[in-house]
Amino acid sequence: MRLQKNTSLALYSVIEFAADPARHVSAAEIAAKYGVSAHHLAKVLSDLARAGIVESVRGAGGGYRFTGNARRLTLLDVIRVFEDLGPAATRRESGEATPVGMALRLVQSEIDEIAKATFGSITLATMLRLVERQPPPPRRSASRKPGR
Amino acid sequence: MTRAAGATNKVRVRRPPGGAAGARAVASGIVVRPARRADLDPVIAIDRTVTGLEKRDYWRSVFRRYAGGGKSGRQFLVADAGGNVAGFVIGEVRDWEFGSPPCGWVFGIDVRPGMRLAGVGTSLLAAICERFRRSGVQTVRTMLARDNTLVLSFFRSQGMMAGPFIPLEMDLGNDDAAAAQRGEPR
Repeated sequence: MRLQKNTSLALYSVIEFAADPARHVSAAEIAAKYGVSAHHLAKVLSDLARAGIVESVRGAGGGYRFTGNARRLTLLDVIRVFEDLGPAATRRESGEATPVGMALRLVQSEIDEIAKATFGSITLATMLRLVERQPPPPRRSASRKPGR
Repeated sequence: MTRAAGATNKVRVRRPPGGAAGARAVASGIVVRPARRADLDPVIAIDRTVTGLEKRDYWRSVFRRYAGGGKSGRQFLVADAGGNVAGFVIGEVRDWEFGSPPCGWVFGIDVRPGMRLAGVGTSLLAAICERFRRSGVQTVRTMLARDNTLVLSFFRSQGMMAGPFIPLEMDLGNDDAAAAQRGEPR
């Protein structure tokens, strides 16, 4: 299973929101943190809002906040908003009707099923604990002076 | 009972805060202790409620082999909530399966549906992990059906990740598999 860029952005965003559900986080803040275009991210957040996973808060200090249940919502729930995971969604390739193609498809299907089970068993609450256990990112070198 | 083929998960046996000994007082009013014969009926009832099947002979056999306070690394524990069985966990230490150093295996865990989300499963898993640790093992594993997302999520929430083993199976009634074993073309 290869996730589209929008799906990855959605996962980054939802995990950020779920880390502090009371806080309103702006699209610009997440875009800056993950080095992506705020315009691109806005579309992703809008899809998440339509799915009821986040809600937009207007006005000063506005942004988005998490509205789901972090102990119940899984990574797969988020992925499904952006990806069609049904068998018909797999890209058709020439040669897939041959014995080799069918055998390869069987192997690919096995991998996809394991991936779905993995994403479907990890809730956002579990993911947040996993994030906490990660080492802090390396500090940027101080050799570059601002303004240069 | 929650068990059978699918994804394999493992976790390093981490020591819970506060240590443990004998019966453990855990999530409010729950005590995890070795199963007694009188627990068998409620355990069978929990399993029947969850799976829809009553497996009385199977459970009697499990009780004979696994109850008795962890002889040979075998564990059959129940969560006792004021005299009522709220859940159970079963496991054992397995040695050198396919080259794996001795590790704890949890092959059954369940909590009465009305008592879920109260830390009973967490207490059961912590108790069996503590017993495994005292047996000298550093890793605990389990195996679940891929579509058992509820229990998979529970084990994930306890820190379990995919382990280094992949479960495989074969349909023995499948003519193609039998032919492949005999080295015959299809």
